[in-house]
Amino acid sequence: MTFVYQKLMGGKNGLTGFIILAALILVVFPMFLDSFRLNLLGKYLTYAFAAVSLVLLWGYSGTLSLGQGIFFGLGGYAMAMFLKLEASSPENTAIQSTPGIPDFMDWNQITSLPWFWEPFNSFTFTLIAILVVPAVFAYLIGAAMFKRRVGGVYFAIITQVIAVILTVLIVGQQGFTGGINGITDLRTLNGWDITSDSAKNIFYYINCFLLLGVIIVSRYILTSKFGSLLLAMRDKEDRVRFSGYDVANFKIFIFCLAAVISAIGGAMFTLQVGFMSPSFVGIVPSIEMVIFAAVGGRMSLIGAVYGTLLINFGKTAFSESFPEVWLFLMGGLFIAVVMFFPHGLAGLWQDYGHHITNKFSFIINGFNKLKAPLIRKKVGEVK
Amino acid sequence: MITTNTDFTLAVEDLTVSFDGFKAVDSLNLYVDKNELHVVIGPNGAGKTTVLDLICGKTKSTSGSIKFLNKELTKLSEHEIVREGVGRKFQTPSIYENLSVLENLEVSYPYGRGVLGSLMFKRTEKVLHKIHEIAKEIMLYDQLEVEAGLLSHGQKQWLEIGMLLIQDPQLLMLDEPVAGMSVKEREQTAELLNKISKGRSVLVIEHDMEFVERIADKVTVLHQGKILAAGYMKDVQKDPNVIEVYLGH
Repeated sequence: MTFVYQKLMGGKNGLTGFIILAALILVVFPMFLDSFRLNLLGKYLTYAFAAVSLVLLWGYSGTLSLGQGIFFGLGGYAMAMFLKLEASSPENTAIQSTPGIPDFMDWNQITSLPWFWEPFNSFTFTLIAILVVPAVFAYLIGAAMFKRRVGGVYFAIITQVIAVILTVLIVGQQGFTGGINGITDLRTLNGWDITSDSAKNIFYYINCFLLLGVIIVSRYILTSKFGSLLLAMRDKEDRVRFSGYDVANFKIFIFCLAAVISAIGGAMFTLQVGFMSPSFVGIVPSIEMVIFAAVGGRMSLIGAVYGTLLINFGKTAFSESFPEVWLFLMGGLFIAVVMFFPHGLAGLWQDYGHHITNKFSFIINGFNKLKAPLIRKKVGEVK
Repeated sequence: MITTNTDFTLAVEDLTVSFDGFKAVDSLNLYVDKNELHVVIGPNGAGKTTVLDLICGKTKSTSGSIKFLNKELTKLSEHEIVREGVGRKFQTPSIYENLSVLENLEVSYPYGRGVLGSLMFKRTEKVLHKIHEIAKEIMLYDQLEVEAGLLSHGQKQWLEIGMLLIQDPQLLMLDEPVAGMSVKEREQTAELLNKISKGRSVLVIEHDMEFVERIADKVTVLHQGKILAAGYMKDVQKDPNVIEVYLGH
């Protein structure tokens, strides 16, 4: 029991934060938001996976990836490929010149399903691919770079370049990938209508549970010796190396884990939003994910979730009225956070949170004072 | 390469490293016995730190051999050399400022060194016992919960020594362990070094001659990547060459 308490929840404070987050997304929001807004929230929570992955990768191990969109996209595309194949049954696509293949392939004069699409007919394969493909891809990138001791800015730039390459590839290979439009018009999952309100509700809850699960797993990792080692490496990499650790392996592992977490978010995105496109793979989404983590607090798993929600609701609210200004506003916010609140929302809460809790206790005290006889008057004044 | 086995803990033979033609270490021979505390001295730029870098694998040698307990180290990577039993302390205290003293020692504890091992690692009684033992030795037992960044300079140096001791290395290499320390801290460090050199070999780089006299069994004087003199401290101090390039200044 103490193991669960300390290792998975991170002690008393961690537990409180976790319960508040769980109550908010599982109870409070579904109670007060209509189904459209709830679906929107669900979409934002899929980005939170990427933000949480960046807390592990950037906050704790000090390795900034500007390409988490790559893995978000890989997860999202894997899910979209399965759903698209199901939506492209020969009956549904009877009017095409080649029935039974996705519509965009038909438009691009492709006459048979490409080999790498074939396995995505299987749901089991798809689920495995969502986890394994990003992990393998991250392993290849990580092994190539960390074994050669490439890190810091160079790592950030290379991940960004890979994000660009992947976007160009997806857009360019329209016949295989759906191009700039992405993979759209997804309808059913094993015969179940994913566009219905009830399906969206269920996906929302699955998404919430997965996110909370990811946070618990991440907590476990961060409170283990592995977590201390991540901080140690960020601080004095050479000291860790000369304490007998193969530093590259640790970085590769955390990079792969971050990739898998982002990919789960991507797959859930596809399910809830009903399409996947290259606009969630490239530089802009990848940098946005970093901003989510930075605003939430890059050392706080839960803060990253709030950061994601805050920025996205802000984006929705502002971009409806001032679409032009929004990007500047977000850039400004990012700079401000990095300069003045390096630990983001979580840091603010740590520094000033007790004032708010004090205020609450002050109000409660106030009530007590009203009820209490005059003799107790002084207690409130003493503070 | 001719390789011969010796009884020494550390046998460095014909070691050379050149950076773009500049020979920072030139055909160096150095032997350290078991239980010996060997000090390397020499003026700035003599190649002292480079020698440590070469032994611990931070810098790759151009030619020559480094044998530790008759095992060739030049082909091994840094963490493999550590796992063979060679510990190295850096010149500026290299500790994890964001972790507590206890966590610093725990991270250095030589089990759970793989990715999975570190995920499964448990802070057992045995681990804590060892950490407490080392903490007492390095005079930081009362500061176990303190964040390492808050320690004084001297305490940081001791902590780093402790992080090496917990791995129980057969060869301990210390790069200027008393730099920046107060007189009292120097005395305590000298005591500590004399204590920890029992049962292992220690290789120290040091500038402070008074300190060297207090701790050294044998001394090697380096100058421009070459050995100028080697032997017992009292003999080396009388060597006219040494007085000329180093002690005389």
